[in-house]
Amino acid sequence: MVTSECVIVGGGPAGLSAAKELLEAGARVTIIDRNERLGGQLIKQTHMFFGSEKQYASHRGIDILEYLVNDLAPYGDRLEIRTGTTVAAIYQDKVLGCLKDEKYFKIKAESVIIATGASEKALPFENNDLPGVYAAGAVQTLMNEYGIKPGQKVLMVGSGNIGLIVGYQLLQAGIEVKALVEAADRIGGYLVHASKIRRLGVPVLPKTSIKRAIGEDAVEAAEIWSLDENWQGIPGTEKKLDVDTICIAVGLSPLTELLQQTGVRVEYVRELGGNVPLLDEGYRTTVDKVYACGDVANIEEASSAMVEGRITGIHAARDLGHEVENAGFRIKALQHELYDLRGGPPGEKVRQGIKKREVLA
Amino acid sequence: MRIRKHPILSFPEKDSVPFYYNGKKLYGIEGDTIASALHANGVKKLSESINLKRPRGFYCAIGNCASCDMEVDGKTNVRTCITPLKAGMEVKTQRGKGRLHGN
Amino acid sequence: MIEQDGIASENMVKAEFPTQEELERPKAVIECYKRIPCNPCETSCPFDAITVGEDINDRPVIDFDKCTGCGICVFNCPGLAITVFQINDDEVLMKIPYEFHPLPEEGDDVHVVNRAGERITKGRVHKVQAGRRQNKTALIHLSVPADYLYDAITIEVIPFEE
Ligand SMILES: Cc1cc2nc3c(=O)[nH]c(=O)nc-3n(C[C@H](O)[C@H](O)[C@H](O)COP(=O)(O)OP(=O)(O)OC[C@H]3O[C@@H](n4cnc5c(N)ncnc54)[C@H](O)[C@@H]3O)c2cc1C
Ligand code: SF4
Ligand code: SF4
Ligand code: FES
Repeated sequence: MVTSECVIVGGGPAGLSAAKELLEAGARVTIIDRNERLGGQLIKQTHMFFGSEKQYASHRGIDILEYLVNDLAPYGDRLEIRTGTTVAAIYQDKVLGCLKDEKYFKIKAESVIIATGASEKALPFENNDLPGVYAAGAVQTLMNEYGIKPGQKVLMVGSGNIGLIVGYQLLQAGIEVKALVEAADRIGGYLVHASKIRRLGVPVLPKTSIKRAIGEDAVEAAEIWSLDENWQGIPGTEKKLDVDTICIAVGLSPLTELLQQTGVRVEYVRELGGNVPLLDEGYRTTVDKVYACGDVANIEEASSAMVEGRITGIHAARDLGHEVENAGFRIKALQHELYDLRGGPPGEKVRQGIKKREVLA
Repeated sequence: MRIRKHPILSFPEKDSVPFYYNGKKLYGIEGDTIASALHANGVKKLSESINLKRPRGFYCAIGNCASCDMEVDGKTNVRTCITPLKAGMEVKTQRGKGRLHGN
Repeated sequence: MIEQDGIASENMVKAEFPTQEELERPKAVIECYKRIPCNPCETSCPFDAITVGEDINDRPVIDFDKCTGCGICVFNCPGLAITVFQINDDEVLMKIPYEFHPLPEEGDDVHVVNRAGERITKGRVHKVQAGRRQNKTALIHLSVPADYLYDAITIEVIPFEE
């Protein structure tokens, strides 16, 4: 059986950052990602990032991806990258069942870092299964990775940062955004993002949601309506929008299936996005030498996913017996970065969630 | 439906890749997945739901949801959103559950 | 209200502006109304005119005495929330960030829009900076009639061609 000192499942910002720390400490690392390209969400993020210089703020996600991959270049001899490979199962003793081009093989790892990210939530409404109703990330993948327009006229549902950012990226691809609706009474994401699409003529409508999609074999129109205080649709307020695409951006949930197969303890913490693993300050799960970081541990941002990945990598390297120079000092500095990133109003939910998780652990 | 000009990204011309969709010859390009090539050809309906036979397209585009499963070269339940397109592939709308195929 | 529709009110906008006197020279106006973890405006300004400070969630504060209106922060701000304004007789000169294709050209007349995306007047493009440094966030210099100082914010996206 193929063996590896540390297998990282998921080559997004969290996994890539963890890999760098492990490699720097002298470990042998295998990165597995089911996508053909490394990068996770970064592949499709054409916008400039927030944060500070330490997390490459003001650089575009697609460029940050290159920096993270280039960081690994010096360690080629100890690094194995397996893209287009899905980890289908994790058995006892850290044996990973992998699938590549229909071929199944196993890898035995000494330690495993799960950085599988998140999946997008669906929204219940009439005809929500019609072709043309797409998750926002899917629209982003289609446009920014494959260069294909999802449609010509779009309704965006959800005003979190993802809805706002993808709305803007649709405009950049030359696609009309007919409206952005939000069930709550206020915009969920950063106001700077909202203003950016509003001044380009996209109506941002709070207390409004989608009632149904209309169409035979694909979306031909959408009906939206106003919501009352109890988030119920108000009959008589329906409006029909001429759209061929409905883009759903109502949140993410951590992709914890694999993680759960390892037997780690998982608890529901709403603020962190759903079922999340219990972790200590080194991102260790309740199973020895199994770690989790990034969106799979708590739905947040690429900036924090990178920092979490690095902290995880340092701990995992030390747990494997590698020496990490200045480990204590560096971990403190990284924790401080997280503290800064989460310090304001947008970070409040995550702060509360992490506290809850600490109590549960 | 392909984006030609973009303010941030560039999409250079690529070689075209012929394939068959329900017997009809279509063209994708190098780097496409099956689902992206179909979408570029205006095909949004990829499958039909098991019981009610409702049309289904892709939803997540990253292999999470199974809503894009199709029959490819005789094999059912292929996740077309993450399966690279190859020349000559026979892609068919899958009706019902499909057959399980071995690992 | 900006929390509901993304449109800053006139009072909010005016509160971020320098005095008319200060506007005889180009000055950056920052419209970053909510606390978010972000500070490239501060770190990109070569003249130390912007301060976010120790807590990167704090709102940026600008020192108009130090700001030269160079526009570097404009294309470094991920929120595209900064615009440079200057009053020049009966015209307002603006430097705006622009991330659409195609870019306008020098001498073009363009539709200028307000914060709600409505066309308000015609503007004239004087210069387009879109080099390596701008990294795909072009800096467009344009002039609009002076009456629109507090209304003009960007230009309409030029219809995209296949
Ligand atoms: C539209 C959008 C806009 C965003 N904007 C910003 C922003 O402006 N700034 C910011 O900081 N953050 C932003 N984010 C958030 C950020 O992208 C995520 O928080 C971040 O990517 C999480 O990193 P990750 O490494 O945990 O997961 P991901 O980036 O999701 O990577 C997970 C990887 O795991 C792989 N994987 C999953 N399961 C398996 C398996 N079984 N086998 C093999 N591989 C597997 C996936 O293919 C993927 O590559 C945005 C997110 C979205 C969707
Ligand atoms: S315009 Fe130039 S000087 Fe003024 S704040 Fe921005 S970067 Fe600094
Ligand atoms: S860079 Fe832009 S978005 Fe970030 S804090 Fe400064 S003004 Fe706000
Ligand atoms: S669209 Fe979700 S798996 Fe393909």
